Amino acid sequence: MNAFHKMKDRIAVVGVGNTPYGNFPDTDDYGLGARAFRNAVEDCGIDKNLIDGLLVCRVPHYARMGEIIGLNPRWTIQMPPHGRMSGMAIIEAAAALDGGLCDYAALIYANIGRSRRVNYGGEESPGVWDPWGFTSPGAAHALMFQRHRALYGTTTRQLAEVSVAFRHHACLNPAAVMKQPITIDDHEAARFITEPLRLLDYCLINDGAVCIIMTTKERARDLKKKPVMISGIGAREAFTTGSIGNFDLNFWHDEMQDVAAQAYGMAGVGPADVDALMCYDNFSPTVLFSLEGLGFCKQGEAGSFVEGGTLKLGGRLPTNTDGGHLSNSYMQGWALNVEAVRQIRGECEDRQVPNAQVVQYCGATPCSRSIIYTPG
Amino acid sequence: MQTAIAKPRPKIDNVNRGFWDNARAQKFSVQKCAACADVHFPGSPVCPRCLSENQSWVEISGRGTLLSWARFHRAYWVSFRADLPYLVCLVGLEEGPLLVSNLVGVESEDIIIGADVDAVFEKVDDELTLPKFRISG
Repeated sequence: MNAFHKMKDRIAVVGVGNTPYGNFPDTDDYGLGARAFRNAVEDCGIDKNLIDGLLVCRVPHYARMGEIIGLNPRWTIQMPPHGRMSGMAIIEAAAALDGGLCDYAALIYANIGRSRRVNYGGEESPGVWDPWGFTSPGAAHALMFQRHRALYGTTTRQLAEVSVAFRHHACLNPAAVMKQPITIDDHEAARFITEPLRLLDYCLINDGAVCIIMTTKERARDLKKKPVMISGIGAREAFTTGSIGNFDLNFWHDEMQDVAAQAYGMAGVGPADVDALMCYDNFSPTVLFSLEGLGFCKQGEAGSFVEGGTLKLGGRLPTNTDGGHLSNSYMQGWALNVEAVRQIRGECEDRQVPNAQVVQYCGATPCSRSIIYTPG
Repeated sequence: MQTAIAKPRPKIDNVNRGFWDNARAQKFSVQKCAACADVHFPGSPVCPRCLSENQSWVEISGRGTLLSWARFHRAYWVSFRADLPYLVCLVGLEEGPLLVSNLVGVESEDIIIGADVDAVFEKVDDELTLPKFRISG
């Protein structure tokens, strides 16, 4: 048994909060972060002055955030504005709480990219490959999906199942940005961005913020809602093969297998026990890679696995029930973790998975992570 | 004379200068460690395998395998707008490293993943030559 497995069910998510998602030029990262924090504080009913741990992500400066919400924590971490950080952040906070470095941790993520017109992959972030015109994270996923097609015969109509399922969920989620249902044919007719990927394979860019409040199992009992436990965690980076950003020649399969073994081993469950999956979906192909890596199907078989609405509510594996990054909100994994918590709590109304007992977050990225949530 | 908007140029530093000097001389090179013979690309200030600083840029075949490709229909840089749609390729060099470049002299309908490719050199100006790839044969 891995030593970290003893953390099973010892740390709980007790409060979650978010802002509306959209275009908010009249505020900034801090304003959005503060609003999400206030909502998470109200969600769990905590005296905010008890919070002695602060993690910020995509917020420009940790100290200013602490000043704004009136906290002097004894544990503070700032994480860079990468989507892969959400799973990493929750795991780091769990370890800090388990080690007693703080008693209550608030994790705040804010994104003001929409109203500030962030152009992912343009002049703001020139890299090694830009002289050849290879730029933007989506292009790396285009290369991977093209290779997946060639190796396994995966089709774009199969890929469309991902976008169609998540849009269906967004239509059931009052908070989601995208509200128009789409079909596989709509996906096939959308304009190319980086071929073979089309517009509907790409995530949204919108403003918003998310806050998650975590504490130990014992302290969780005194708060307003039933805690949601962190029952399994898994982690593996792929740095040595990382010269092409957001790309892996083998679809992060080895890393995700390692992540799965860690997380399922700790939680004592397997893929067949997962009631809902919250899968990082900056671009639709990564969902196929995640399903294969975690062992929901064999490598190369995700295309046929998702056919016929597998990922929709009522399907075999309801996935991204909030609509994900593709159709709910570009909160870089944070909103997916909040959705996992709300599913376990039974708060998801029209998009609720009946009796959700095991909900898994995952992200197949250069820093792959998974977290398994269960009721406390 | 620059009438068109300039395309992004490589940021040349002490680590990668050898690669771009070689490219200007129409030589394709990768970084090789003198201590353990590991070859890698892009360059690194120390050998990622053994951490030696004793490395150099050695000329290699320029041959490889086409591992994937994609075609850009959106210009993230204004300066690429006139090239749309344009092809990028992922090449696995015979010597091991992967790199991204452009595929020249081919239409997307003709591209077969797994095809042999070899390097060609496209002179941008007196300072810069970009290695690109074409289907072999």
